[in-house]
Amino acid sequence: MTSTLTISGLTKRFEGVTALADVSLTVAPGERVALLGHNGAGKSTMMKIILGLIPATEGRVEVCGAAPGSPEARRQVAYLPENAAFHPALTGEEQLRHYLRLRGEDPAGASALLERVGLGGAARRRIGTYSKGMRQRVGLAQALIGHPRLLVLDEPTSGLDPVSRRDFYALLDALAAEGAAILLSSHALTEVEARTDRILILSGGRLVAEGSLTDLRRSAALPVAMHVTARNGHAVQIAAALPGAIAAGGLVHLTCAQSEKLDVLGRIAGLGDKVADLEVLPPSLEDIYSHYSRRDGQ
Amino acid sequence: MSRILATAASEFRIALRNRWVAIALVLMAVFSLVLSFAGSAPSGGLGADRLSVTVASLTSLAVYLVPLLALLMSFDAVAGEVERGTLPLLLTYPVSRAEVLLGKLAAHLGILALAMTLGYGLAAGVTFAFDARSVEGLPALWRLGWSSVALGATFLGAGYAVSAIARRPSGAAGLAIGLWLGLVVLYDLALLAAVVADNGGWFTTEAFPFALLANPADAFRLFNLAASGASGVSGGVGGAASVIPVWQSLVPVLLWPAAAMSLAILAFRRVTP
Repeated sequence: MTSTLTISGLTKRFEGVTALADVSLTVAPGERVALLGHNGAGKSTMMKIILGLIPATEGRVEVCGAAPGSPEARRQVAYLPENAAFHPALTGEEQLRHYLRLRGEDPAGASALLERVGLGGAARRRIGTYSKGMRQRVGLAQALIGHPRLLVLDEPTSGLDPVSRRDFYALLDALAAEGAAILLSSHALTEVEARTDRILILSGGRLVAEGSLTDLRRSAALPVAMHVTARNGHAVQIAAALPGAIAAGGLVHLTCAQSEKLDVLGRIAGLGDKVADLEVLPPSLEDIYSHYSRRDGQ
Repeated sequence: MSRILATAASEFRIALRNRWVAIALVLMAVFSLVLSFAGSAPSGGLGADRLSVTVASLTSLAVYLVPLLALLMSFDAVAGEVERGTLPLLLTYPVSRAEVLLGKLAAHLGILALAMTLGYGLAAGVTFAFDARSVEGLPALWRLGWSSVALGATFLGAGYAVSAIARRPSGAAGLAIGLWLGLVVLYDLALLAAVVADNGGWFTTEAFPFALLANPADAFRLFNLAASGASGVSGGVGGAASVIPVWQSLVPVLLWPAAAMSLAILAFRRVTP
């Protein structure tokens, strides 16, 4: 299957500062790809190049078989900017009617779109009175216009509460099921909630990691933490029996590599009565993310 | 075309909500009424009908007011979108930058045309009430009407260009006021000073008429005065109006709107969102 978005060897320099260095990636139809990175990692720059808003310094970008920013590409690509902004004097419905007409669609579809993002009740209020989350929903509604083949979403969940975030991902799932390719950015792995097929991590303009959450977790090979609760006063004995363990009060803390996990668990089980409880903490999403994003240049 | 109309409809709605429509209508109506009452008093001895005299006064009014209204409505067009952060999203839509500006032009020009129709219509109504011979002045009024729209288009285009060059509303507002002062007020003063210093030499006889035609506001004034033959009732530029053929003043009146819009589109294309 041909990919919706193909980027090869993309480099962007601003007056001597390299914002993106030799980035290559593809996004296939129906695929949900998350682009992660700190502020200034190059996420927004990359999105602007994909949208044709700024030119690339080097490399090749192909969007739905066309050049980025060409009328052909613009017809098939939807964008949600980081801080979705609209004219405050227009109502949500008027703004969407405008966008529908710009895409050559029937403006009567505006209220249905607003219903779909949960803004039906506020459709006739001016956008100037909306909260950040509501503006973000208007932004999402306009990105749904006319079955786009590629959605470029810049930090789409940043202003949303957890419930709205779930609704948002449900909408994305439906779009992906219809064959739309989705590229969304975020500055935290927790925000993408493992609801994407593939994760790309940008750091200092370079693509430092790529794969599913499971792939990333495996190749990061971060240590597993364990908390052992000792039964009355056995904490020191337990700590002595386990290499690298530290006793603190009634608790024993230790960490071990993924490969040693079962071995260590076996030893803890072997301590029998002395152990009251055991907690195993796998590396968190934040740990995995900082592992990759700090590896390069920070 | 539908994209231009969609933009125009939204811009008109925004101007309505921002009270620009009301401001333009009230300003044109008040000034036109004042002029038609005050300006018709001394017409007796000149042998012209009252409407022709009023049109001469309205021409002087339009030279100041139309560029001012046009610049006030247009300076925010690009800079405002940049500041609000609405421009990047708009430019990912399948709409060209020229279409965006033409849509805004259609809305703003429509508002100006509405204001002029009201203002000039009221003035004509007052004049007709006092002088039945005013029918003779109708061609001059019609000419004033459409050339005012052309003048408005020129300064709207100039305002969009200024807006795209400044990229910030505050900077654009300053440039717009500077442009208005320069082209409408200071340009004439400078020419006057040059004519006085020249004392009837080459500048006064050869360069002066073309220096007037090069300025869209002066070209508009010349065209209306020359065409209506009303130079007798207006001083100042009226002298030049009798020297320059009508077609020569018509050319800049028609060319300036296209030139200003082309400049605006070029400037807008250079804006990186």
